[in-house]
Amino acid sequence: MALTETGKYSQGSVLGSVNPDIASERQTASFSVEKLTAWLDGGAERTRLRRAVVEAIERDPVFSRENQYFQSQNESYEAAVRKAVHLQKKMHEMGWTDDGPEFKYIYRALSGDLAFLLHRIFIRSISVLGSDKQIAKWIPLATQYQLIGSYAQTELGHGTYLQGLETTAVFDITTQEFVLNTPNISAMKWWPGDMGRSATHTVVFAQLYINGKCYGLHPFIVQIRSLQDHSLCPGITAGDIGPKMNFEHIDNGYLMLQNVRVPRENMLSKFCEVQPDGTYVRRGSQKINYFTMTTVRISLISDEVVIPLMKACTIAIRYSVVRRQSKLKPREQEAKILDYQTQQEKLLPQLAAAYAFYFISDYLQELFNRGYREIQRKNFDMLPELHAFSSGFKAMVTQYGTSAVKICLQACGGHGYSLLSGLPSLYTKIFASCIYEGENTILLLQTARFLIKCFMAASTGQSVPPSVTYLAAVTPEKCPAKNKLDFLSPDIYTEAYQHMAARLISSTAAKLQDLIQSGVKKHDAWNQCTVQLAQAAKAHCHYITVKNFAETVEKLETQPGIQKIMKHLCDLFALHGIFSNAGVFLHDGYVSGAQMDMVTASYLDLLAVIRKDAVPLVDAFDFTDKTLNSALGSYDGQVYQRLYEWAQKSPTNKQVWTLDYSQATSALTRAEVVCFS
Amino acid sequence: MALTETGKYSQGSVLGSVNPDIASERQTASFSVEKLTAWLDGGAERTRLRRAVVEAIERDPVFSRENQYFQSQNESYEAAVRKAVHLQKKMHEMGWTDDGPEFKYIYRALSGDLAFLLHRIFIRSISVLGSDKQIAKWIPLATQYQLIGSYAQTELGHGTYLQGLETTAVFDITTQEFVLNTPNISAMKWWPGDMGRSATHTVVFAQLYINGKCYGLHPFIVQIRSLQDHSLCPGITAGDIGPKMNFEHIDNGYLMLQNVRVPRENMLSKFCEVQPDGTYVRRGSQKINYFTMTTVRISLISDEVVIPLMKACTIAIRYSVVRRQSKLKPREQEAKILDYQTQQEKLLPQLAAAYAFYFISDYLQELFNRGYREIQRKNFDMLPELHAFSSGFKAMVTQYGTSAVKICLQACGGHGYSLLSGLPSLYTKIFASCIYEGENTILLLQTARFLIKCFMAASTGQSVPPSVTYLAAVTPEKCPAKNKLDFLSPDIYTEAYQHMAARLISSTAAKLQDLIQSGVKKHDAWNQCTVQLAQAAKAHCHYITVKNFAETVEKLETQPGIQKIMKHLCDLFALHGIFSNAGVFLHDGYVSGAQMDMVTASYLDLLAVIRKDAVPLVDAFDFTDKTLNSALGSYDGQVYQRLYEWAQKSPTNKQMSPAYERYLKPLLHKTLSKL
Repeated sequence: MALTETGKYSQGSVLGSVNPDIASERQTASFSVEKLTAWLDGGAERTRLRRAVVEAIERDPVFSRENQYFQSQNESYEAAVRKAVHLQKKMHEMGWTDDGPEFKYIYRALSGDLAFLLHRIFIRSISVLGSDKQIAKWIPLATQYQLIGSYAQTELGHGTYLQGLETTAVFDITTQEFVLNTPNISAMKWWPGDMGRSATHTVVFAQLYINGKCYGLHPFIVQIRSLQDHSLCPGITAGDIGPKMNFEHIDNGYLMLQNVRVPRENMLSKFCEVQPDGTYVRRGSQKINYFTMTTVRISLISDEVVIPLMKACTIAIRYSVVRRQSKLKPREQEAKILDYQTQQEKLLPQLAAAYAFYFISDYLQELFNRGYREIQRKNFDMLPELHAFSSGFKAMVTQYGTSAVKICLQACGGHGYSLLSGLPSLYTKIFASCIYEGENTILLLQTARFLIKCFMAASTGQSVPPSVTYLAAVTPEKCPAKNKLDFLSPDIYTEAYQHMAARLISSTAAKLQDLIQSGVKKHDAWNQCTVQLAQAAKAHCHYITVKNFAETVEKLETQPGIQKIMKHLCDLFALHGIFSNAGVFLHDGYVSGAQMDMVTASYLDLLAVIRKDAVPLVDAFDFTDKTLNSALGSYDGQVYQRLYEWAQKSPTNKQVWTLDYSQATSALTRAEVVCFS
Repeated sequence: MALTETGKYSQGSVLGSVNPDIASERQTASFSVEKLTAWLDGGAERTRLRRAVVEAIERDPVFSRENQYFQSQNESYEAAVRKAVHLQKKMHEMGWTDDGPEFKYIYRALSGDLAFLLHRIFIRSISVLGSDKQIAKWIPLATQYQLIGSYAQTELGHGTYLQGLETTAVFDITTQEFVLNTPNISAMKWWPGDMGRSATHTVVFAQLYINGKCYGLHPFIVQIRSLQDHSLCPGITAGDIGPKMNFEHIDNGYLMLQNVRVPRENMLSKFCEVQPDGTYVRRGSQKINYFTMTTVRISLISDEVVIPLMKACTIAIRYSVVRRQSKLKPREQEAKILDYQTQQEKLLPQLAAAYAFYFISDYLQELFNRGYREIQRKNFDMLPELHAFSSGFKAMVTQYGTSAVKICLQACGGHGYSLLSGLPSLYTKIFASCIYEGENTILLLQTARFLIKCFMAASTGQSVPPSVTYLAAVTPEKCPAKNKLDFLSPDIYTEAYQHMAARLISSTAAKLQDLIQSGVKKHDAWNQCTVQLAQAAKAHCHYITVKNFAETVEKLETQPGIQKIMKHLCDLFALHGIFSNAGVFLHDGYVSGAQMDMVTASYLDLLAVIRKDAVPLVDAFDFTDKTLNSALGSYDGQVYQRLYEWAQKSPTNKQMSPAYERYLKPLLHKTLSKL
């Protein structure tokens, strides 16, 4: 390595010694970082457990992510399988279990770069959709890895709209089998993880036909690869769908079925069964199954949005106190870029959003736990609300979070663009969350449908779920704020959000009614309102997020230091939202132009206040350097040294370049020698 | 290939036969696609030339991009060098020249995935900064590729703020040499293209010291690799900076200098020279050099933003008429996703923006040509305006374009996320344009500084450049629109933009004044206004873009069919901007809430109108399938077949699972044996 050769910069490498520019940031924290960390974790005991798990993972060289940014798709995949296999041993060894408190910390430490995640979905789908007999047969095989499972729903031509799936399963009464087929290229299963190269079995969703009649979508367990030599089973065509923006470690696959026969017992039959004579029997309510599916959307908020966003904030904010650029004051040293208002305005609202979404994720988790208890008591009343929440928040938080990570990346300039910063992989990964588990626009419209229904009900005096009673509430016509400090009152801004959300929902409902009354067909009228409906659904979720943040802050009275800084962040999150979406607040004059100037003034003032605690606020997320895996974001702030050392490990620097040019007549032909020798 | 084996879907592969869902879109075009293409190209003759160049490039297998999405960084680099080398031969063979009309078409056909682009900058910088003698020595060597050049300005710790660069060049009077050093790790040159592995020479920017006195930044020609065996020269440490979001084909490099000596003649000395006795002499005006640098920002708008955005629109819109999802009406077939209002609202404003930026790029090019003529007549009056334009538009267009390509990608759902769609590489590449050639926020603030200065001047009655006279113009206090159709009048919306931009600039100027008058120091006051200043600068550029689009449409009266659809796009671009930035129009009551409802209504109405011509409007961009290199965007609309065929070429399908023997087999078999 050149640096070591010259010996000039690396004598006693600075790595490990803390850059004074970041050290000084930690001396002025207005609160105890350790206390904030413990509070975020849910208690000091949890912090201890988390750190123990993370340490055990990171000490194990098999889990190293050192080469992450240099790997080919084949290498990433192999590493993910190696880690998944090793994790089984490790968990056994450490006494960790899949449903224990450790698992989320394991996932955090590994950044989710793990194979066999779809194997888990395979297991869950059998547990949820299978009969007791099926569970007894398949779950032990799967948990002991006697097979590797996947979950094949999405098709090349069909995504979120499940009724459109084309794969067929025809019941053959003579052999008591189902015959599965891919009738068309658009019916090929496409995207399922673990299926391209690993899986031996998969749950295939197909349209069930008995005696020529279609009974709709049903799940079938299908073996796709030999348990002996891993070759494809007869009638199966499968492979990897190729390169993607991220998830290169996952073998997302395609699957084509040609007269593939599975026994009658392979249709998952908790809710419906085909009897030997071809009689189709439906039993029980699928509602609980429906519920299970929506919880996935809630759990991804924490794992796939909040944690990546916290990491991105940590990297960008630490870098911004180490990077110096231009002079803020004449005749002084170049300034830390975080001292520029524009840099603060890029990053600090994203930091506030990370906290906001952390709290909303907790709130949703609690709501769903309550819902689950109700459902177990056969009370399904909460289901529509839960569904609307899971759809809307999944869409709103993934979209907001993706844009926030993008801002963090761009705020780091050219160095952010290097994979070594860790930000591109965070970004391209969170980017996918806007698409998977339901495309965001479609989800927002499902939430909007619920909101419109509730608005109609509320305005005719019918009872509605507590989260939407505000739709019928009477609010003042004008925001009562008189000066910029009034906008630091949660009552003032929460009410502004409430008014705005209610107005967007009611005005869109009115437009919908008008169109229908003017003779436009219902479905056309709906389509003509969808841009505004999606906007209204987002506004609703934004309102609930602000309200929940304010309530979380209120409950913190026993920890005044933390409460104070959280209050600032809450204010910032709320005012940033008003500043950036000024139109919807100004539209009906609820907030006046003069008041909007007060919002702007308070918003910009807050930036300078929170800037002082910016590094402690990201330190509190407590990511290890290995978890961040970023040349820009390490705790010690030695960004340039680390960038340089990491760059030298790149495969592009591993080839030897001294060559014989004796035949070359110009550098151009020399270039050819270099390339083709 | 499995598909061929089963024989079921590929008997007479559908590729090539046009998907009826996209064919039907082309039958109802309200205008002639060929005429629009010719108009965009600047005449049918240019279209012919462009097609000939593109065809010559695409017929040549060396330039194939078939494996683009499957390559490692090493392979991409190798391919880029191979293409660059081959291109020299090809150009010679075809009689094309570097400054001929063909070059931009070549670049378009190759999507810029070419090595030695920094070699061109090396040549340009010597032409611009070198003395006649230096030009006579180095330019022939470079154009004949006796050396490969690069351009080393940015350092690990220093980017846009050039004064901060730390590399030093100390004049040694005894040997008549400059001694170059990297005094600190943050001073290492970092990012220069072609430097990591290819370049033999580079222009290094360093702080010049003579007798202990610093004379500021100067350019030096430094040899970094042997012309004999390509090994690094003594005192040179250099290598590749590693993986990036894109530009894997470019060997962006690092460079550390340790007592590297170059002769006195290697300092580029058109504008200043160090004489043998150490006397520093400055000569002539650097202004023209300054001008040359700002033109780079203008030319990248077309090559690095408009063309990628047009491609992204082509891919996303063609896919959206082939992809069907859910039912719009009960008991009908699943609907084309472009028939959903939400999909239209994602894509059609981006299409309108592609046209808007195409026109603004032309406008800026003309402005700069005019500026260049003035400067050659030693009239430098236009320079501040040109600088403000190049900075502001570079920032506004790259930011808008990046977000537009992102929307196109996301609008294609999961298939957009596959590299095979072509959209991820377009996105990650355009993403960098927000950073290189000046970080956008810094550029916007430079424009804002110019605007504030002009506003001050205009409000005290001094003359200002024509593009900013509006800052002093008197506009009505309220928008006069009475119904939604009024918002289809360019006068109405252009005036709304003008009012809004002028208001943002004047109110920020007032805040700045207030702060200074209240005793805040000037630089602190400036910092406290920068969020709003950047917003104001963007608003100014947005206004000019709308105004220029409206003027472009007006001039189209001889082509009524094209004029009509361009008018729709202009309206859409303008109303989309008002709808999405409603706050700044509503703020002072210029647009009322009721008028904003009219804007929304007209805006949403336009979507349904333009949707009918969406495919013809992207067909007019006239990208070949090979140029698009997208499984989703091909002319024939056979997206599923193409995705499947391309996926099978992936290296992940070329070998048995690398994990099977090592991990999966032991895992499965160990437990199997326990049965």
